[in-house]
Amino acid sequence: MGDFIPDLSTVVALTDGTLRGATPLLLACLAGLYSERSGVFDIGLEGKILIAAFAGATVGILTGSALIAVLAAIAASTLFALIHGVACITFRGNQIVSGVAINFLALGLAAVAGNAIFSMGGRTPQLPASARLNGGDSWFTPMLEGMGRYGQAVEDIAFDQSIFVYIAFAAVPFTWWVLYRTRFGMRLRAVGENPAAVDTAGISVTGLRYRAVICAGVLCGLSGATLSMALNSGYINNMGAGRGFIALAALIFAKWRPVQAMFACLLFAFLNASESRLQGTEVLGFEIPVQLVQAMPYLLVVILLAGFIGQARAPKAGGVPYVKER
Amino acid sequence: MNKDLPGWVDFGLLPLLNLLTAFLVAGIVVLAIGENPLEAVRHILYGAFGYGNGVGYTLFYTTNFIFTGLAVAVAFHASQFNIGGEGQAYLGGLGVGLACLMLDQYLPWWGILPVAILLGASFGAIWGAIPGILYAKRGAHVVITTIMFNFISFSLMNYIINEYLKMPGNASVQSRTFEQSAWMPKLTWLEGVMPGISTSPANLSFVIALIACVFVYILIWRTKFGYEVRVYGASPSAARYAGISTTRVVVLTMAISGGLAGLMGLNPVMGDQTRIFLDIPQQAGFVGIAVALMGRSHPLWIVFAALLFGTLYQGGAELAFEMPSITRDMVVVIQGLVILFAGAMEFMFRPWVARAFSMREQENG
Repeated sequence: MGDFIPDLSTVVALTDGTLRGATPLLLACLAGLYSERSGVFDIGLEGKILIAAFAGATVGILTGSALIAVLAAIAASTLFALIHGVACITFRGNQIVSGVAINFLALGLAAVAGNAIFSMGGRTPQLPASARLNGGDSWFTPMLEGMGRYGQAVEDIAFDQSIFVYIAFAAVPFTWWVLYRTRFGMRLRAVGENPAAVDTAGISVTGLRYRAVICAGVLCGLSGATLSMALNSGYINNMGAGRGFIALAALIFAKWRPVQAMFACLLFAFLNASESRLQGTEVLGFEIPVQLVQAMPYLLVVILLAGFIGQARAPKAGGVPYVKER
Repeated sequence: MNKDLPGWVDFGLLPLLNLLTAFLVAGIVVLAIGENPLEAVRHILYGAFGYGNGVGYTLFYTTNFIFTGLAVAVAFHASQFNIGGEGQAYLGGLGVGLACLMLDQYLPWWGILPVAILLGASFGAIWGAIPGILYAKRGAHVVITTIMFNFISFSLMNYIINEYLKMPGNASVQSRTFEQSAWMPKLTWLEGVMPGISTSPANLSFVIALIACVFVYILIWRTKFGYEVRVYGASPSAARYAGISTTRVVVLTMAISGGLAGLMGLNPVMGDQTRIFLDIPQQAGFVGIAVALMGRSHPLWIVFAALLFGTLYQGGAELAFEMPSITRDMVVVIQGLVILFAGAMEFMFRPWVARAFSMREQENG
């Protein structure tokens, strides 16, 4: 066993990696939270991330504008969220089946459209610098850099991040406030638990659920844009790499609550960031395989669902299409 | 909306309309790329059926999709959504491969086959039964646990192949190649009808897949257990009231479902690559969802649905070659559209069709 007190640069690199990695997870996780709290299960997070990442990269390359690119990513993801809404809310289809369809549709369309536009086998060229949002020098930079290596560390962790990092972490208290302190949030939670009661109160179940699904679309759009415009520069086939499902795992792990969702995403991102460092480490004479670290989010959720760490109770009306009584 | 319609409408007309919509939208995508959809269909059909080697590949993919489609369908009958076909097939492939690695020095393929079937099916069955147990005992949703089990299987297999099966001094992550005597025979007896088929990876697993269809038909519609499964699927509370052990139904159904997915491993591992390798199922577990939905969870229709997707997968390769602006990923788009229209939006046309029917009835009555 090596020494357990890491040096400053390791701490900075790990914290930075965790924050950056947690960002797309957190945005997608909160997206799932809005949708599922309203009673619409969403296993199509991955698909929405992919189509948003693709739309963001493509529009970014074609226009050179980061703002238009982010809007395009949000629009694409919201369109897919609405397909999910039409299938599940209007036509009362199976929410799981629809989510699976969204995932395939997005994966396929991004590759097909990408190849048709750029002829690079489904990937896009590099984004121009003007359309990237990967952070950089801030107003604080000169001051902090003058404060030696600790100032530099603070700069690297807190002020050198892409805008998505700040949006994601600001979205956590905002979501908490919306969910527990606004009328919309209260109704959203109610419609996920007992839609008939909401309906009796004269509030449209359909309308609420559509709004929730649109919230999910917008947040997944930001998550996808993070991938192709901040963490990477352009779209690569299937670049979501299962993040939508890790976000889903985090959502369940957090028992559908926003602040806990943030901690779950940070935990999973930390595991991911420390993967290479953990490789070959021995614990009690047993070498930790890197694959075990990779599988950890999924294992944790299974253990949680098996009831070994408390109970995860999904919103009661989740997965059930609402049929108005006549 | 919930008006009763004749069976041929619910099980014939509506699914057909849904399927046509899916292909129509796919055609629009092809048009949007600037290619002729009918030309695309011609390339797909030629690639899939135009020559012996192509037909063989079509049958090879079809074999995979029959197994995974049956797996999803069996779970559907107990109203369980098994998204874990991918992981179960991966583990099944490990079971099949281990049987071959252990026995290929001593036995020919027909001696190994029963062991391979047993190990492949039981590895897949265990991987399917655990989510079943977690649902029956702990109420953990099978959808979520099977998704998680897919990812766990990827890491697990990666570990097993890297640590225990990889050949020392060989860079590629795979086991040693089985002795040639252990290889599943190709469909050489079809060579007379379809010259060139033995140059393709199509092998005896196709016949085993067809036998599995018969097995599933008998299991679901001709046994007491199958009856219990269907009762549970229609109404869990009715099943409980009738004294059916719901735990037994869920766990066994998920085990059988996983076992069928596991048998898919025969086709690529024993029949084609003749070694254990990374990513054995290659998405077939997910295609199984589309196949089961299209096949309405019935083995006969599943064969046709699997053949359709086999055609698309093989024909898609030809299409990508002939029309470079369209990649093979077009098949994934079609897959998504089929799942969307034949699955999630299956009731879309029902109100209209129901209205048309009631209008006709009024005219006649």
